[in-house]
Amino acid sequence: MRDLANSAIEKALARCATYADARVMDIRHRDVSTKNGQVGRASEAESLGIGLRVIAHGAWGFAATNRLSRAGIEACAAEAVAIAKASAMAKRHDVVLAPEQSYVDTWQNPFIKDPFRIPIETQIAVLLRADAEMRKVKGVTLAEGSMSFRKIEQLFVSSIGSVIHQVKMQSGAGIVATSFAGEEIQKRSYPNSFGGQHMLRGYELIEELDLVGNAPRVAEECVALHSAAPCPEGQRTIILDSSQLGLQIHESIGHPIELDRVLGMEANFAGMSFLTLDKLNSLRYGSDIVNVVADARLAHGPGLGTFGYDDEGVPAQCTPIIMDGLFTGYLTNRETAAAIGQSRSNGTMRTEGWNRLPIIRMTNISILPGNHKFDDLIASTDDGIYMETNRSWSIDDRRYHFQFSTEIGWEIKNGKRGRMIKTPSYSGITTEFWNSCDAICSREYWTLWGTPNCGKGQPMQTMGTGHGASPARFRNVKVGIALSK
Amino acid sequence: MATQSKKRTGKRASAKTPRREHAVAMEHRLGAAELHRLAAKILKLSKADETEVDISAVTSALTRFANNTIHQNVAEQGLTISVRAVVDGRTARASTNKTDDESLRRVTTAALDLARVQPRNPELLPMLGKQKLTKVDRFVAQTAAATPDDRARAVTSVCHMADKNKQTTAGIFSTGLAEIALANSRGLFEYYDDTRAEFSVTILEKDSSGWAKATSSRVNDIDPEALARRASERAAGSRAPREIPAGRYTTILEPAAVLDLVGFLFYDFAATCVADQRSCFTGRMGKKLFGENISIWDDVYHPLQLGPPFDGEGVPRRKVVLVERGVPANLVYSRASAKRAKANPTGHGFSLPSEDGEAPFNLVFAGGNASTEEMIRSTERGLLITRLWYIREVDPYQKILTGMTRDGTFLVENGRVAGAVRNFRFNQSIIEMLSNVEMLGPAVRASGEESFDMVVPAMKVRDFHFSEVTKF
Repeated sequence: MRDLANSAIEKALARCATYADARVMDIRHRDVSTKNGQVGRASEAESLGIGLRVIAHGAWGFAATNRLSRAGIEACAAEAVAIAKASAMAKRHDVVLAPEQSYVDTWQNPFIKDPFRIPIETQIAVLLRADAEMRKVKGVTLAEGSMSFRKIEQLFVSSIGSVIHQVKMQSGAGIVATSFAGEEIQKRSYPNSFGGQHMLRGYELIEELDLVGNAPRVAEECVALHSAAPCPEGQRTIILDSSQLGLQIHESIGHPIELDRVLGMEANFAGMSFLTLDKLNSLRYGSDIVNVVADARLAHGPGLGTFGYDDEGVPAQCTPIIMDGLFTGYLTNRETAAAIGQSRSNGTMRTEGWNRLPIIRMTNISILPGNHKFDDLIASTDDGIYMETNRSWSIDDRRYHFQFSTEIGWEIKNGKRGRMIKTPSYSGITTEFWNSCDAICSREYWTLWGTPNCGKGQPMQTMGTGHGASPARFRNVKVGIALSK
Repeated sequence: MATQSKKRTGKRASAKTPRREHAVAMEHRLGAAELHRLAAKILKLSKADETEVDISAVTSALTRFANNTIHQNVAEQGLTISVRAVVDGRTARASTNKTDDESLRRVTTAALDLARVQPRNPELLPMLGKQKLTKVDRFVAQTAAATPDDRARAVTSVCHMADKNKQTTAGIFSTGLAEIALANSRGLFEYYDDTRAEFSVTILEKDSSGWAKATSSRVNDIDPEALARRASERAAGSRAPREIPAGRYTTILEPAAVLDLVGFLFYDFAATCVADQRSCFTGRMGKKLFGENISIWDDVYHPLQLGPPFDGEGVPRRKVVLVERGVPANLVYSRASAKRAKANPTGHGFSLPSEDGEAPFNLVFAGGNASTEEMIRSTERGLLITRLWYIREVDPYQKILTGMTRDGTFLVENGRVAGAVRNFRFNQSIIEMLSNVEMLGPAVRASGEESFDMVVPAMKVRDFHFSEVTKF
């Protein structure tokens, strides 16, 4: 790996690049799934290649290849520099990077059980047992389960002298029960929708999830949703479970704080952000109890946004994003840090794979725990709805207006959890919503969720991000509009 | 090799077009003969009862611009070899992008080892032998020969236009080549390649924006300056948007907006989706569901479509009428779902193993004759929508979708555009929408961001449900 990366850098510098960095990435996947008692997918894949980023003629160029011969690397370097030269045609000023030290280091996330050493038949058997448990419940018309594992070994080498070797092991799994009856399709997922829970951990995560043990409850709730009450329409107090709050953070805090988006670099696709530069250290993003960090350090937990160094060689950091409700930080990189007066990137450049350019991405964007016990939160709510597990999500291209619905809800009346509610939904304006937060549960209810499917960039890159959250309460929120007539 | 004409091999096409430096798609084109050689090598290595080899090669480049400058500019070249082994009624897949002998041996063995530990699949069918394919020709040498300088020149011109208009522009210009080959141990070999070019542009002003996009296999069919002019006019026309109340409006949806909505129907047409009872067509086939003016089919051979004429198992794709005059008429089938339903496979199956079965990826809607201007002239009060964004499904059976308008939302009053309005959130049933279509434009190849490209018309729809307004 190191020879390849060094060679690419040398070739680029020899062709007049003033800066170059190379990522050699060797990615291994395993994906298994089941559906109604049958194996759906059973596959393994590997992908090895190099991505080379250069500055030449004051502009960026990037080329990637899986041809790792001497000739392939030479051609890749020539192409990256030629592309940079073409970029310079529309140049307004030379690219300038914030200073960064060079590092020679190795980093690997800890795990107990290598999921690739667990026989695939063992993994399939777990999914089939959960599948059978779900289908025992009358009314379940579809039972599905999946596991996915990734091992990413990467070497970053840059022309400032960094040589950083990292290995990330990622595991994830989930189950879903679906029920069709009358003119309605209902579903329940565990532990989260859209693939379940994903972390930088080994197979021990899957064992802890206890998919088989949770399957009957998931299936029973799914069928019961058909006879649940519809979501009322109006202004209500809502309590979000930690997984839904994690997605709320992702969409209404994580994306707006990406500085490339703020500066217009994503305007054509992912959109821009309402968080214009004048709002830094002045906007009341949330109520006084809202504290949010962007934390890529292992100390924060083994999230999908955890690493030793980002993909331009900057060490993992913790950046305060919201402190006591005040907006205090963006996600930056070496190119954009100066735009907000930072002398250094806060380390958020990440790439999906060897064939993609690193761009600013969320790391672990987490709300810090409060001090409520969950039962006390319910007990102190007179009239509200508790919502669990995301079902749909949407937000405008500047991240003001959002609408979410969840798979299931529960009415809260006079401090007690009451009847079940189907397809509960809520909507609002980002800062109004976060300013209406009046209670957050404590550390014992806090989970670091993994969102494995965050899309951004052109060409599109899918990236895993982490979101720590515990259940929280919001006042005077609009509910039920998604299914209003 | 049965269906591959020599005309479409890399060697022949390269010979026709002068070599241009860093025309990477052309330089990296492998061609049918090379992919056949690679597939044959793997088939020879395999000890499985049956073996299938799926090879895909991609070479693409994308020039990205924002703030009137190029800020990202990338190129990639890659190859994936995927091997499916069948042994004793069990199957599994292993993939690699390494082409050395040891890696090929390893991936072939890995597929077999994975297959051996699977439960037996009673629905697994023997692999297909040679098939007769309808020829499609979607490789365009000029597109493959595009260089970073070609893209940068076009982008620079658009940036200058934006500077001159005191506007800000962002977008992409991409060109590339994709090759796929499918071979199996029963003698099947199928090859397909196409070129793709895409230009997408957003023009921004202080309180407004406009957008335009085009895709084609022919780079020369794409006119970046014309697209930028259109986006620029939309941005200028949508200055000072005013807030009007949410509610139900007669709505004129431009083709990109139609595409991004109706794209959410595509998997509902899969026989497997209906059998799993998660399609909005479950229990509704053969019953009037949409308006009389709605007919939809899947047709990979349509001149405005791209894509291979065979599916993941090598079955030749058929044209399938999905909706006829408002009535869901047919589904698409893989070989397995066809056998279950006692129907014929339609050539829409995914690569195996797959729990999803099949899907149509070449949707074509019947169009009409109305121009957008005629739709506007005939509207007393309504909205004109350029583009939609972040669409998600709220109710899968009533097919209620939510999402936002974006980059040019206009009020229409008394037959004319009466200025820009703030963007709306919608919560709208697609079934209801396709029952309320009052006028149709000509069907065109449209491209958005929420769905794959399709051939769809602009539509004038009554009572489209906008539920809330955002801040801009």
